[in-house]
Amino acid sequence: MQHLWLIPLFPLLGFLVNLLFGRRASKAAVNAVAIGSVLLSFLWALKTLAALWPIEEAHVERYFAWIQSGELRVGYDLGVDRLTAVMLMVVTGVGLLIHIYSIGYMAHEGGYYRFFAYLNLFMFFMLTLVLAANYLVMFVGWEGVGLCSYLLIGFWFLKKSATDAGNKAFIVNRVGDFGFSLALFLMFVNFGSLDFGAVFAAAAERPIEERAGLLTVIGLLLLVGAAGKSAQIPLYVWLPDAMEGPTPVSALIHAATMVTAGVYMVARSSAIYLHAPLAMEAVAWIGLLTAFFAATIGLTQFDIKKVFAYSTISQLGYMFLACGVGAFGAGIFHLWTHAFFKALLFLGAGSVIHAVHDQDLRNMGGLRSKTPITFWTLLCAAVSISGVPFTAGFFSKDEILLAAYHHAPWMYWLGTLTAGMTAFYVFRAIFLAFFGQPRTEHHAHESPPVMTLPLAALAVLSLVGGYFGVSRWLEPVLPGVEVPHDQRLVAISVAAGLAGIGLAWLFYVARPGLADRVAARLGWLYRLVLDKYRIDELYGWIVVKPVVDGSRGVLWKAVDVAVVDGAVNGIGARACGIGGVLRRLQSGNIRSYAAWVALGALAALLAVGLAGGAR
Amino acid sequence: MNLLNIVLALPLAGFLVLLALPKDRHELIRRVALAVSLLTFVLSLGLAAGFQDDAPGFQFATDAPWISSPAIRYHVGLDGVSLWLVILTTLLTPIGILVSWRSITRSVKEFFVLFLLLEFGLAGVFVALDLFLFYVFWEVSLVPMYFLIGIWGHERRIYAAVKFFLFTMAGSVLMLAAIIWLYNTTGTFDFEVLLKLAARGNLAFSKLEELLLFLAFFVAFAIKVPLFPLHTWLPDAHVEAPTAGSVMLASVMLKMGCYGLVRFCLPLFPRASHQCAPWIVALAIVGIIYGALVAMVQPNMKKLVAYTSVSHLGFVVLGVFSFTQMGLDGAVYQMINHGISTGALFILVGYLYERQHSLEIVDYGGVATPAPCLAGVFMVTALASAGLPVLNNFVGEFLVLQGTAQVSLKWTALAATGVILAACYMLWLYQRVFFGETPEHVRAHVYDLKAREWAAMLPLIVLMVWLGTATRTFLPPISAANARILEQSQANVEVQVRLVPPGEARYAR
Repeated sequence: MQHLWLIPLFPLLGFLVNLLFGRRASKAAVNAVAIGSVLLSFLWALKTLAALWPIEEAHVERYFAWIQSGELRVGYDLGVDRLTAVMLMVVTGVGLLIHIYSIGYMAHEGGYYRFFAYLNLFMFFMLTLVLAANYLVMFVGWEGVGLCSYLLIGFWFLKKSATDAGNKAFIVNRVGDFGFSLALFLMFVNFGSLDFGAVFAAAAERPIEERAGLLTVIGLLLLVGAAGKSAQIPLYVWLPDAMEGPTPVSALIHAATMVTAGVYMVARSSAIYLHAPLAMEAVAWIGLLTAFFAATIGLTQFDIKKVFAYSTISQLGYMFLACGVGAFGAGIFHLWTHAFFKALLFLGAGSVIHAVHDQDLRNMGGLRSKTPITFWTLLCAAVSISGVPFTAGFFSKDEILLAAYHHAPWMYWLGTLTAGMTAFYVFRAIFLAFFGQPRTEHHAHESPPVMTLPLAALAVLSLVGGYFGVSRWLEPVLPGVEVPHDQRLVAISVAAGLAGIGLAWLFYVARPGLADRVAARLGWLYRLVLDKYRIDELYGWIVVKPVVDGSRGVLWKAVDVAVVDGAVNGIGARACGIGGVLRRLQSGNIRSYAAWVALGALAALLAVGLAGGAR
Repeated sequence: MNLLNIVLALPLAGFLVLLALPKDRHELIRRVALAVSLLTFVLSLGLAAGFQDDAPGFQFATDAPWISSPAIRYHVGLDGVSLWLVILTTLLTPIGILVSWRSITRSVKEFFVLFLLLEFGLAGVFVALDLFLFYVFWEVSLVPMYFLIGIWGHERRIYAAVKFFLFTMAGSVLMLAAIIWLYNTTGTFDFEVLLKLAARGNLAFSKLEELLLFLAFFVAFAIKVPLFPLHTWLPDAHVEAPTAGSVMLASVMLKMGCYGLVRFCLPLFPRASHQCAPWIVALAIVGIIYGALVAMVQPNMKKLVAYTSVSHLGFVVLGVFSFTQMGLDGAVYQMINHGISTGALFILVGYLYERQHSLEIVDYGGVATPAPCLAGVFMVTALASAGLPVLNNFVGEFLVLQGTAQVSLKWTALAATGVILAACYMLWLYQRVFFGETPEHVRAHVYDLKAREWAAMLPLIVLMVWLGTATRTFLPPISAANARILEQSQANVEVQVRLVPPGEARYAR
């Protein structure tokens, strides 16, 4: 027994304590509880991993039964294998840094205790998600992190845009969860268990499905769930709006951890996908298309957080691409490096926003000298995501692109093009914010050490995080694909990244007016991309409006009130009418009674006579 | 005198005591009513403590003659299905009394008198094992509810009360006819005797006869559930009823219908149950989706919650007519869940009404700022209602859907869309009421939860988490009872709804 349950328990206790007592407590006490609980869970995770080292097999702990009915038996089962170990380090490690950063970022905000309580609750559910040893406990974490995402996106609940974004995130995720839950039902019906071990063993016994079969269906349904949580086409629309939340939330939940849960789930289910090549193909296509599509939108956005949000969607697409082409380990490796550089990008953006109180890149400029630490750390993240050689992002992205080439060359080329665009839009943001002259009056200042220290730590990880050979280490859990190391392909993708940086330099530093002229030349195409292809409007028009209007106009007003209730009231009125007629019989007039009696007697006699006489 | 009889008799005794109290001693009347109902609740916990999960048949049973001709007996007893429903009743009665403490200002004595009578009738329905006795309790519960709506309700209370009464009566007349028919054929009203006859195959009706009898019971229960399209009395009754009336109506009274389906329809008329199952399942699924969609667009909070009941209880009916262990377990679990979370929702809406004197959503906004605790409690309740894991409704819905999936994944997929819609209506309601800037009229009237209000809500919140996480407290007796019911409902049936063995399920192509 390693007492794995303690890892999620610490943040849960932190949540409860801060929720119940935080309102009256001092900020220092709230900090101590919130950060202390995450620190404890980080340390306990380290201790557990050390004790289980080298974690060659999954270590599963079963506590007590949760639901037991008929053949179903689901317990609170937690487990650790190498995949979980990677996730544990990302969640508790990056989570800890972001908690510390938040002390500075949220210092002047109302609802301080509430923020940290929600953040702790998120840690609890996220750790439950990655530690789960069966699909239902995983689903608990899955829905729980969605709840925390909702609560934190709408943290500033006085703003309608924030609460709208929270609702959208929750509801879009519910659409994904619909798919996920159907996959669970199918698994249980066919495999008689939701336990990872049992399900994967049963899946492994089945033949590889050349044509769509059970595993293909399960794989596709899981993909629907993953697409919701990890913001892939067609369910990505909630993530850009989720930037309404405080920036540390964007870093922790909407960049480093929660949104990668879909990738984790797909990788975790690799035993199912490996026997369902069609489902894997779908994963690869969805991932690649999302990566490309989101990157094009990222090229045009002016809100610094929106740029990074589309970047997150795009990078998650890479991870799906990796899983889809069979390089599950590379996908998780990219998840690992992405957690560092993307968390850093968001925290850096937060530091910039903290300095100038604005998110619009057009209102920034020249911040390099005023916020030097933020600048240099953000630069580390930018080179890493751009795949500049020997940074963390270089290693993981290369593995993915090589595996993609091995699967289908066109996937490599589109992925490389996307890499170039990625480098362009990230450096575009850097150049617009930190170079040139300040475009508006602002009294920018560097953030306090409590914010810059986590930035520095993440900067180091963004540079060296690639030297952890995550995908090789994961091979016992996640079989990879053997790919010949082709130096030319590496060189091409690196060149694409450098070209993107160079182009950004040209557009935004060397010849500042050029970007606007190109945009003007592109005309409607530019405006379409700037408007995010108007996908939100499209969904509103084909889904939301018909459902709401149909429910109000047809189901409620027409069916419920007019038809169903109308029929009832009609029967009621008819009954009253009949009663009214019958009432006239009771007139109190003796002679009319006598007449009725006589008529009745006659009718009775007739009836008896016709029926053949009384017996 | 066993414990069950005491639990049943206490509310009746309280009813008589309250009748004898002077009319103007309001505080005394409230306290006596609360004391009686609390005592009943505490004693009813003894039923759970003394209940043996695996003992066959009915426990805490009493079987005594009541009327000799026709042979009507006072026969009561508990199994795992009725156990928790009785406790739900005894739990919600003191909570309803607490909620009515200040909000009922006129005819105080009559209100609490009727409230205890209502508890007596409801508890009786769940324990009666004589069909005639069952019918008597069924009607006894109807009368106080009629008056609760008609006297202490809002503007259109008379219309709502009459509609409620006529709907239920229409169903129960059919049921009475069927009960008498059964008596004429078998010579007994006793449910256990009927079960034995059925088990030996001596309850042989012609196909048509069984179908008609089944339908007579079914319609009575379906109106009460309520199953689409027999639901239109419910929104009116809820909107007009006082808070405590809505709570008892939604939490307990609707369960009479669900309970009747499980208790009587399945075991007594297995063939007809199976025969009609596809139609009933279709109506249940329509109800799940329809109720959720109509709830989504309601401008009135109570109406919104009422339509969510149509949706949630669709899951119950779906689970019952899946004829699977998981489906039935989930259905019974969902009855309790719905009692807890929808009861809580009505209480919270009632709290809002006491502050602002409006049920219209547009009259609210930004309530979270002046009333953070109320907002927090409402959030937990809304999430429970929307089926978030670790809270109660998730377990019931999961079991129902998993059970249904064993029969047909198509049904499951359709019904599961109700879970998506649940998030829509709950979150949109919550956003419009609690989030945003606080308008002046809200800031002036809305205050946070008071101690008495906390006292009514806290047990329900605890139960939401408890039912969601520690299902082993509640499920074993339910499973045991359902296993028997399932066995009875499979008797003499050439199984039409084929249970799909593992590995051969049909999945969407």
